[in-house]
Amino acid sequence: MLARFLKDEGVEYIYGYPGGAALHIYDALFRQDDVKHILVRHEQAATHMADGYARASGKPGVVLVTSGPGATNAVTGIATAYMDSIPMVVLCGQVASHLIGEDAFQETDIVGVTRPIVKHSFSIRHPSDIPTVLKKAFYIASSGRPGPVVVDIPKDMTAPTERYEYVYPRKVKLRSYNPVSRGHTGQIRKAVELIMSARRPVIFAGGGVITGRASEALTALAHRLNLPVITSLMGLGAFPQNDPQSLGWPGMHGSYESNMAMHNSDLVLGVGVRFDDRVTNNVTRFCPDARIVHIDVDPSSISKTVQADVPIVGAADNVLNEMLNQIGQRTEAQEPLDEWWETINAWRDERRGKLYEPAAAGEPLKPQQVVEAVHRVTHGDAYVVTDVGQHQMFAAQYYKFNQPNRWISSSGLGTMGFGLPAAMGIKLNYPDEHVVLFTGEGSFQMMMQELSTCKQFGIPVKIVNLNNASLGMVRQWQDLNYKSRHAHSYMESLPDFEKLIEAYGFKAITVRTAEELEPALEEAFRSRDELVFLDIHVDPREHVYPMQVPQGAMCDMLLSKTERT
Amino acid sequence: MRHIISMLLENEPGALSRVIGLFSQRNFNIETLNVAPTDDPTLSRLTVTTNGDERIIEQITKHLNRLIDVVKLVDLTEGAHIERELMLVKVKAQGSARDEVKRTADIFRAQIVDVTPSVYTVQITGDANKMDAFLQAVTPLGVLEVARTGVSGIARGDKVLSI
Ligand SMILES: Cc1ncc(C[n+]2csc(CCOP(=O)(O)OP(=O)(O)O)c2C)c(N)n1
Ligand SMILES: [Mg+2]
Repeated sequence: MLARFLKDEGVEYIYGYPGGAALHIYDALFRQDDVKHILVRHEQAATHMADGYARASGKPGVVLVTSGPGATNAVTGIATAYMDSIPMVVLCGQVASHLIGEDAFQETDIVGVTRPIVKHSFSIRHPSDIPTVLKKAFYIASSGRPGPVVVDIPKDMTAPTERYEYVYPRKVKLRSYNPVSRGHTGQIRKAVELIMSARRPVIFAGGGVITGRASEALTALAHRLNLPVITSLMGLGAFPQNDPQSLGWPGMHGSYESNMAMHNSDLVLGVGVRFDDRVTNNVTRFCPDARIVHIDVDPSSISKTVQADVPIVGAADNVLNEMLNQIGQRTEAQEPLDEWWETINAWRDERRGKLYEPAAAGEPLKPQQVVEAVHRVTHGDAYVVTDVGQHQMFAAQYYKFNQPNRWISSSGLGTMGFGLPAAMGIKLNYPDEHVVLFTGEGSFQMMMQELSTCKQFGIPVKIVNLNNASLGMVRQWQDLNYKSRHAHSYMESLPDFEKLIEAYGFKAITVRTAEELEPALEEAFRSRDELVFLDIHVDPREHVYPMQVPQGAMCDMLLSKTERT
Repeated sequence: MRHIISMLLENEPGALSRVIGLFSQRNFNIETLNVAPTDDPTLSRLTVTTNGDERIIEQITKHLNRLIDVVKLVDLTEGAHIERELMLVKVKAQGSARDEVKRTADIFRAQIVDVTPSVYTVQITGDANKMDAFLQAVTPLGVLEVARTGVSGIARGDKVLSI
């Protein structure tokens, strides 16, 4: 019943790992060919694979794990998806109903464990409920503000001896769940009023624009009114970065011009963003002159951290199109923005060419230049996946995204180990595309067992290991806040990555100098169906800049080791 | 400010823990909590009293509404409403205190519902202030045990919370 439902729901791949409580389900999967199961090497990887696929496709990723340790291993991946509002359905085996509550072998109350990190969860109580419960799970996971849904399935619910009539439920009805789509027309009118009369407006677009497939509407609105566009990290690609109106992303390590522009703006049009603390810095000093218009499908996101002057609950696409509509009918002119653009361009000029110093001959490579080089060889249209740390920030700063769904990174939870499996989930579903993972030797070692999965299923991702032989981001904080006392932030006894990768039967190239970089990249990216691991040794002393000063306003930044705003 | 938030909740296992978990997870405070079935067997009614400024209360109601098990919700303190709580108190009742407890109970229109040679069990209903006042009055006499139901409430007039 479960396997048939997955097929009818259009699920092509599920990611998982078997165990006692899930064996009936595995047997059902074995006896069909429509839904393909990818066997990972750790359940956390299954959730990240599903997550990567969901971020790239907008569709829910599906995970299957067994009870107890199988389910608890999935917890980090569920939390990762929850923090970034990623649609996911996690099917967990459970001990048989009559054993629940008895501390039976491999029993964990996974619904209880995951309660604060799921959008919703279900326990199957009768086998005949499976299709409707699963339909609800998929619907809840992927509608409104998406998120992970856990379905707990006691073993006796999937017993093959019992037979029930199966009908695929085309529709679901939930009396207490009706995500809004259309925004309030009056509120939208107020918002348009504010935008048209603003002298220093900015758009601040987030992941909601990507999940809500509203990039086109956003771009149209930005062009129509000549507005500067800042996207959050989650929103990278929601507005093309090669557009002159793009200012990049703001926040702790955001671009100088975006932090300056947002801080000095008189109107922030937030679309599908949650104004999180990594963006706002000290909220009490956030955008002192700005009125805030905030569009979000989730009412609880609005005025959570930053008070909105004009809240609009609705789907981004719908609301933005309604704005365009209303603007089209207006006769009054918009405030001219020439002066504002002059100011912004002056900020841009201030930092142009000063972002980092490329390595001189004989010096270790700078991670930034590696990202720029990868951007060049992939023509800026790869799927770019990252782990967490300095390399993640460098990838976000120096790879430029012109399309949505191409930047794949754990933003809210910042999960080291996310990268490799997420990249695999994407490559599997988009085999003709380049999928590049930027990782660090720290993060990579958290999920490197998945190379074995790559081998089994032939998943040729490109891995760029920005190897600084240290937990770089931690080290940076220790340099800045702890007088360079590097407590456990460096990695002694790193493996010989070349040998390690070769042990799995893949190609590895070690790069130490600028001269070696270009040829190695050429070789690595020549084909799309070979896994290549680039172990690129980069300068361990490099810091990520700009960096906002703790407790300051958005515009308070360190710009390099010696400069400060 | 103190708010009384009342909601209709799917009568499903786990629904209650989602509501309570939300409060602890987001650092919202619960003063009292009361849950019981309604006339509709698929729904329970849950009432919580909580404290917070307007912003916090707005966040609480938004997050509660986001829970899929919460079908409908009302902040009773936004309008005219009736608030009731029931309390059972065991008070020492020996010697002169015996009369004193009885008198105090009469003043508060409370009832003595169980009697032993040394203890009166008093039942009292009313709003939270009345409960507190009664407790204050009998504390010097020796309170042995207190059981309160937590606040329940309903809007005045024609307004109803139903689906
Ligand atoms: C699972 C997990 N544990 C710890 C952290 C804290 N943390 C953030 S960045 C970082 C260092 C990452 O090192 P590496 O992957 O080598 O990247 P680098 O910063 O050196 O580029 C650590 C330990 C985290 N984000 N995730
Ligand atoms: Mg590192």
